[in-house]
Amino acid sequence: MSTPQETMQAGFDERGFFRRLSAFDWLWALAFLAGTIYASMEFAPWMDRYEQGILYLSWATLVAVGWMWKPARLFSIVVTLVTLFALARYPDLAAGQSDFFLNYLLSSQAAIMWMCALFLAATPVYFAGLLLRSEFLNKLGTALTWLASGAGFVGLLVRWWESYLIAPDVGRIPVTNLYEVFVLFAFTTALIYLYYEHRYRTRAMGGFVGLIICASIGFLLWYHFAQGAHEIEPLIPALQSWWMKIHVPTNFVAYGAFAIAAMIGVAYVIQARNPQKWQERGLPSADVMDDLMYKNIALGFAFFTIATILGALWAAEAWGGYWSWDPKETWSLITWLNYAAWLHLRFTKGWRGVPMAWWAIIGLFVVTFTFLGVNIFLSGLHSYGEL
Amino acid sequence: MASVPQEAGAAGRKRQTRSTSVILLNFLGSMNLAITLLVAIAIASVIGTVVQQNQPYEDYLSKFGPFWFQVFDNLGLYDVYSAMWYLAMLAFLVVSVSVCLVRQTPGMLREMGKFREHQQERSLRAFRNHREWQTTLQPEEVEAVAARALKHNGMRMRRKDHGHGVLLAGMAGSSNRIGYVLTHLAIVVICVGGLVDGNLMLKYREWTGDLTLETRNIPVSQIGEESRIPPGRGSFRGMVNIPEGAGARVVFLPLRDGYIVQELPFRIEVEEFRVEHWDTGEPSLFESDLIITGDDIDEPIHHTLRVNHPLIIDGYAIYQSSFGDGGSTLNLRGWSLLGDGAEPLDIEQRVSSREEIEIADGGLTLELTEFETFNTRRVPGTENREMEELGPSFEYRLRAADGSAREFHNYMRPVDIDGRKFFLSGMRTTPQEPFRYLHLPADRNDRPDTFLFFHDALSSEEGLRDASERGAWVAMQEFGLAQEELVPQVAATGRELVRQLLDEGFGAVMTDLEARMADQGEESTQQSLIMFSRLVLERTLWEAFSDAREAAGDDLERELDEADQHFFQDSLSTIPALAEYGVPLFLELDSYNHRQATGLQIARAPGANIVYFGSALLVAGIFLLFYVSHRRVWCWIRRDGERTMLLVAGANQRDPLSFERKFAALGDEFDKRLRAAESTTDRSDSGDA
Ligand code: HEM
Repeated sequence: MSTPQETMQAGFDERGFFRRLSAFDWLWALAFLAGTIYASMEFAPWMDRYEQGILYLSWATLVAVGWMWKPARLFSIVVTLVTLFALARYPDLAAGQSDFFLNYLLSSQAAIMWMCALFLAATPVYFAGLLLRSEFLNKLGTALTWLASGAGFVGLLVRWWESYLIAPDVGRIPVTNLYEVFVLFAFTTALIYLYYEHRYRTRAMGGFVGLIICASIGFLLWYHFAQGAHEIEPLIPALQSWWMKIHVPTNFVAYGAFAIAAMIGVAYVIQARNPQKWQERGLPSADVMDDLMYKNIALGFAFFTIATILGALWAAEAWGGYWSWDPKETWSLITWLNYAAWLHLRFTKGWRGVPMAWWAIIGLFVVTFTFLGVNIFLSGLHSYGEL
Repeated sequence: MASVPQEAGAAGRKRQTRSTSVILLNFLGSMNLAITLLVAIAIASVIGTVVQQNQPYEDYLSKFGPFWFQVFDNLGLYDVYSAMWYLAMLAFLVVSVSVCLVRQTPGMLREMGKFREHQQERSLRAFRNHREWQTTLQPEEVEAVAARALKHNGMRMRRKDHGHGVLLAGMAGSSNRIGYVLTHLAIVVICVGGLVDGNLMLKYREWTGDLTLETRNIPVSQIGEESRIPPGRGSFRGMVNIPEGAGARVVFLPLRDGYIVQELPFRIEVEEFRVEHWDTGEPSLFESDLIITGDDIDEPIHHTLRVNHPLIIDGYAIYQSSFGDGGSTLNLRGWSLLGDGAEPLDIEQRVSSREEIEIADGGLTLELTEFETFNTRRVPGTENREMEELGPSFEYRLRAADGSAREFHNYMRPVDIDGRKFFLSGMRTTPQEPFRYLHLPADRNDRPDTFLFFHDALSSEEGLRDASERGAWVAMQEFGLAQEELVPQVAATGRELVRQLLDEGFGAVMTDLEARMADQGEESTQQSLIMFSRLVLERTLWEAFSDAREAAGDDLERELDEADQHFFQDSLSTIPALAEYGVPLFLELDSYNHRQATGLQIARAPGANIVYFGSALLVAGIFLLFYVSHRRVWCWIRRDGERTMLLVAGANQRDPLSFERKFAALGDEFDKRLRAAESTTDRSDSGDA
């Protein structure tokens, strides 16, 4: 029998998943656990037992993600430290203007603007990297995307704090209006993308995914400047529920994944016109893109299913029925059925290639309608985020 | 057929004996049907989000016209999700999934237990993923290495000695197949649960004549047995509005253009309903204080019900769902706009009741339809997008003897627009159009009195004569033309000008004057005549204004300021607009006695737990399907002369691309393990030598 030492040298590792975790993995998880316990005691007066549950669930989710995707650990540490730094300088709202760091960098306004700027920069850099086949630019694109995601994440966390600074009973998680969920959308999409970039070792998709993020940034900026949507407004009673804390973020993981699938669809369609040229430029092969598209749709489908179920549970509690055929619910069903059909065609009929890529692209329009169109064009019980 | 090998004959014979039911089953379980259904249901669902569902039938009628109204009604578009054809599609999907399940599950479960340890070397070589080694190790040693590697990769194993070699068949992630079963079973379970909670039973009973829809708006006590359902174990979902201080023992189940009454085993009494507001004016809280009593309830239950926090009693869930007026009493002042100098009428009326009002030329019926104490909204009739709290408002309908009605929406308090204050009164002739708002200037006491008296002075024969004579005299004096006998004539001109001003506006008055004076001699004469006429008009208006101020109790000795000037101007531009108001009555809200009603949704959903169970299955199933990959690896070990041969092959049908990577890694691992094992044996060999 060989010892672990020997097997390590031999280049493979006999140990199971938990044994393979490093001391840093454990330390990191424990540190966050400590923070979670501290938060759960410190903020106990503001939380009910469900919210306590959600807090610990978030910790477990974070640890699971960090152990499977190592870069998430550093990211979480940086985001946490930067946020804590910002909060320490933020005793009241006035500090947001008077404090240098807050005003220019870390108040939710500033951080979100940085996120916008960094995403807008990352996309052309990725494209330049692809077209010039420059590894440096590609890496720069990745770095910018990480920074932008961090800025967005910090922005929302600080915004959470700010809502409590306005007045303790105005305080609420920042996922309740269109402005906030657009920020959420931008950085969750980016993070999911970064995960697959890491897994598939290709940065060629960065620009394509960046396009959809930039589109949402465009909307966000318009919404900010034309509509003053960044103001923090208190919650109407229907939204005062802990369900929202899990329903909305789950939904946005799904939206993000669907969006990535659609953008890979775009890349797929483009490369299908001249596969050789594009693969020389560095786009992955059709098979890989197809696989990535599938992985994202599967991820989206799984989370969308959960989000819809959570929504139904919430509706059962708030409106007295888990399903009311409200336009938002109905469009969720439409979206869900659409991707179910996509998955079946792929798996049971073996469809691949350009038609499926187009379908993924069209799927994003359906998703967009579910996400935005319903609020804009149709009336219903989902009252938040009217334009 | 020709290319199909031997069994084709037998299968062909079998096929002939296949009954139609088998063909039907094949059709129902086919993937084409499944995908068609998924897409078709998705598309059909869109309809119900485009056509607003379950609205009053009159709304549809006026929206689509009689022909299309009927067509859409027949298609069930006003309640798509319980239309026969829509339910039929859902039913087909459920049948299709069930057939699929029944046909696939046994095979899948069998496959989970099968290790396929009978594979031959030849067939393993045909795998896309395979790799081969020759080693100096003994077959048993290789087998041990392979077993360790498979185990390390989370595989269960089956060993088969083929005589000339040994096959280790490994398999992992077979729960992926359970994922398939769970996912599709979940669809069936959820649909069954939904069916239990849907209103199909209600429809069925209505269809068989067991229940009759009630369409009239009458008190519960008058509703007959044929439209009532006694308390029971069934599922329902209904609404009831209960005014403060009142109670209810029933809920209303809406169906098409009517409703059914569901009786409850308890009585709900509403003590108080409250709305609280944020500083922005948005509501922050809705809550009702309830007392629930019943035969099975020993102690009356006192409970404060809030949004998102339902109260559950014996399987009945009670939700705070809406609110409205529960019959507030409004004290109104009715101002005549006829110019008859009539005293304002005092009216006391409850919301959602009606009353005849006598006014000079025949009666009007006043129907108070709505009353709200808070209105946070944009100021109507302005460009301003800011939300403001505009205070109490009420809506009413004034119906003339011929049945035609106009609707009005008035605010109690004046609203600030650009620093000036106005009473807003919205009017529309049909419920479909938006209100158009009249701006009645408020005087310095924030009252509409001065404006209304001013209007009265200008539109009543007597008042205007009085004002015009005084105005004419003042104007003549100012013009140095003090001849008393001319006053009546000048005053008559003044009255004419006022009427024209009120009908057509100031511009029209001036152009008309210029035209009339055109043939009156010299330019300078014309000019002074125009100036004089204008002066008469202005002085007449001013006198009428003074009368109004006096009537409203203003101090006439007071120095007039800019605000008065604005008021005067605004009044003059509002009076002509009154012509479109359509009724000679302006209602002012003087005071009110607020009584609210809370809107409760009450439901019994025994199917909910089935649906939740199904949802849990669905999530579990989907994660197994997506994230547990079902993979197989075979290790074929046999002696090859002096050495031992190891052939490793693997497959994962559902995720070949990632498996290719995984298999490459597995190959490397085998390689390293073999070399490690060789080196240890080498060492022992050399030790022996
Ligand atoms: C709302 C309805 C349905 C949903 C949500 C659903 C969901 C799914 C999902 C998520 C998968 C996995 C796809 C993948 O691995 O990426 C799947 C596979 C499959 N479904 Fe469905 N399905 C539905 C209806 C049906 C129907 C009606 C049939 C039968 C006619 C069917 C037959 C299958 C089959 C044969 C597979 C492939 C299983 C495998 O070997 O992996 N499904 N389904």
